[in-house]
Amino acid sequence: MVYLLPTGLHLGLHLVLHASLRRCLRMGLAVRFLGVLVLVVGLCALGVAPAHGQEDSPLKVAFVYLGPIGDHGWSYGHEQGRLAVQKHFGAQVETHFVEKIPEGPESERVFARLIQDGYKLIFANGYGHTRSAIRAARLDPEVRLEVATGSETSPQVALYSARFYEGRYIAGVIAGHLSQSGTAGYIASLPVPEVVRGINAFLLGMRSVNPDARLRLAWVHAWYDPPREADAARVLIGRGADILTQHTDSTAALGVAAEQGVKAFGLASDMHHFAPEIHLSSIVNLWDSYYIERVSAYLDGTWQSGRAWRGFDGGMLEMSAYHNMPAEVAEAARRVEAQIRAGDLQIFAGPLIDQAGAQRIAAGAVLDDTALLSMDWFLDGVDGSLP
Amino acid sequence: MLEISWLAIALTIAAASTPLLLAAAGELVVERAGVLNLGLEGMMLMGAVIGFIVKVESGSWFVACLAAACVGALFSQAFAFFVLTLRANQVAAGLALTILGGGLAAVLGAGYVGVSLAPMPRIPVVGSELHPWLGLLEHSPLFWLGLLVVVGVQWFLFHSRAGLVLRAVGDSHDSAHALGYSVLKVRALAIAFGGAMAGLGGAYLSLVHTPLWSEGMTAGRGWIALALVVFAFWRPWRLLFGTFFFASVTILEIYAQGFSLAVPPQFFAMLPYLATIAILVFLSSAYWRGRSDAPAALGKTFAPPY
Repeated sequence: MVYLLPTGLHLGLHLVLHASLRRCLRMGLAVRFLGVLVLVVGLCALGVAPAHGQEDSPLKVAFVYLGPIGDHGWSYGHEQGRLAVQKHFGAQVETHFVEKIPEGPESERVFARLIQDGYKLIFANGYGHTRSAIRAARLDPEVRLEVATGSETSPQVALYSARFYEGRYIAGVIAGHLSQSGTAGYIASLPVPEVVRGINAFLLGMRSVNPDARLRLAWVHAWYDPPREADAARVLIGRGADILTQHTDSTAALGVAAEQGVKAFGLASDMHHFAPEIHLSSIVNLWDSYYIERVSAYLDGTWQSGRAWRGFDGGMLEMSAYHNMPAEVAEAARRVEAQIRAGDLQIFAGPLIDQAGAQRIAAGAVLDDTALLSMDWFLDGVDGSLP
Repeated sequence: MLEISWLAIALTIAAASTPLLLAAAGELVVERAGVLNLGLEGMMLMGAVIGFIVKVESGSWFVACLAAACVGALFSQAFAFFVLTLRANQVAAGLALTILGGGLAAVLGAGYVGVSLAPMPRIPVVGSELHPWLGLLEHSPLFWLGLLVVVGVQWFLFHSRAGLVLRAVGDSHDSAHALGYSVLKVRALAIAFGGAMAGLGGAYLSLVHTPLWSEGMTAGRGWIALALVVFAFWRPWRLLFGTFFFASVTILEIYAQGFSLAVPPQFFAMLPYLATIAILVFLSSAYWRGRSDAPAALGKTFAPPY
């Protein structure tokens, strides 16, 4: 009996397949005729659609996220921006998001699909989405894409990012005040300039308070790998770090810090409620105003490609409420924030000495944006190297 | 200072080894019964997501762990049905279980991504504040359970009658069948045990280690556990050593970054697999052929002669 079952299945499948194949062949002509009909109708529809779609139908805006919107970090922040856009423009726009889109060539299919579905303005939040966005943009001359933290522009693809390093510097100032051991731990993701810049800015903030402060790195080689982030947090604490900060997207490191009683910063959104007893502050990304501005620009026909890079004063980031620190430390952090906002404090001001002992910029000068955007060296005082 | 940091290394390694130990101990029993279940990763993910969901909804650690173990066992019975009843190829069915488990867990856990939990409390040790090394003994209950399981498996396999039957089934199912033992029943039970342990191992990741749920969060730990069983020559005691070695390698990779060794991190990532390949080569040498503990009927399909 048991032997018969698979054999029966096999035979049955063969019969069905053969029968349907034969039927297909017989119906070949009809099928071909139908196919041509569908093709013709489809082409007509394509030709007609743009002509009448312009006026009354809402602008379709898509958001492509690297991580899940539930990460309570990077992609969550962008999703808040999307909701703000939908609320601000109401029926004028139709927004849609796709999450967990990996960086690299696969994302091109996603962009192409969205463009085919009539999305005219697409925001993507992965560094590695840039190339795919540029290639996909060729499908439709009217489509505009924007890539957060992206690497290159084209006439149809703009880049936008926040000067996160301003927030990193303030976190560093707080760490400089609070660290007993003078050593903080930094969970680093991937070796791109964005991450390197944040690490250096954090150390500069720490050293503005404690000139001997050191910063230990642990690379997890991913933006989002919670168990690995937790391992890295444990290792950093074990190596003497008594303040933790991260450039990864989950709350795993905060969980470990809470378990071990070490203070830590959150990233991208206010992570206070995940570890209320040890959370110091989070560098919160705010995309609302930028997204609203860019959607308006598209609607007005004034959209232009370019590279937006804004800090505290441009409204792209803010520090969440300060917790678990003496009032004077919070006060110092607010003072520094006001200085940065007013442009009175240059974070990457010389002299800056790198790990090899070479002077990267002389006293009195400040690193320009080009140098910041391609930063691939660590300051003296960073324990770790580019993997 | 130095002492504290060695202590921290030891604690971190213990934490990283627990899911491997649990999953590998389960798989060891399965393989001793002559079944190769490549579905570890899928069962671990199912355990991780169900453990997390049950903890969030019920609030009880115990119920969450129990649920994770039960789901792992239940899920493994799908594999058992295919390989034992339908006599499907074990490798194919195991891979299918991995893929299915990963996808199913992602669907089930979609609403729980980003939900955060307080980590499971450790079992306190009296007097741990007296000396830092005593702090080494403070672990989550699942760590101790992992050790207990290894001790239990060792006793079961080599000191109990049921264990002898299980090994007989794994070495020669035809002889065991001729002696009147139900090969399929023994194997189904072994697979269920393996599933339960894998579920617990997964639950450790989502409840203790991170603690959060994210898709594919086991990130290859199931495969490492599978390699561990070979690495341990199918012996529970050696499993302890192997787990310690494998976990050390993954943790020391992060430490090594700080000491700026000239070794690329990818080398550490592949070390467990390299070691396993070396062991396999060693086992297939002329001397070891026939003398190793590898179950003779491993991966072979049993068709009862009617």
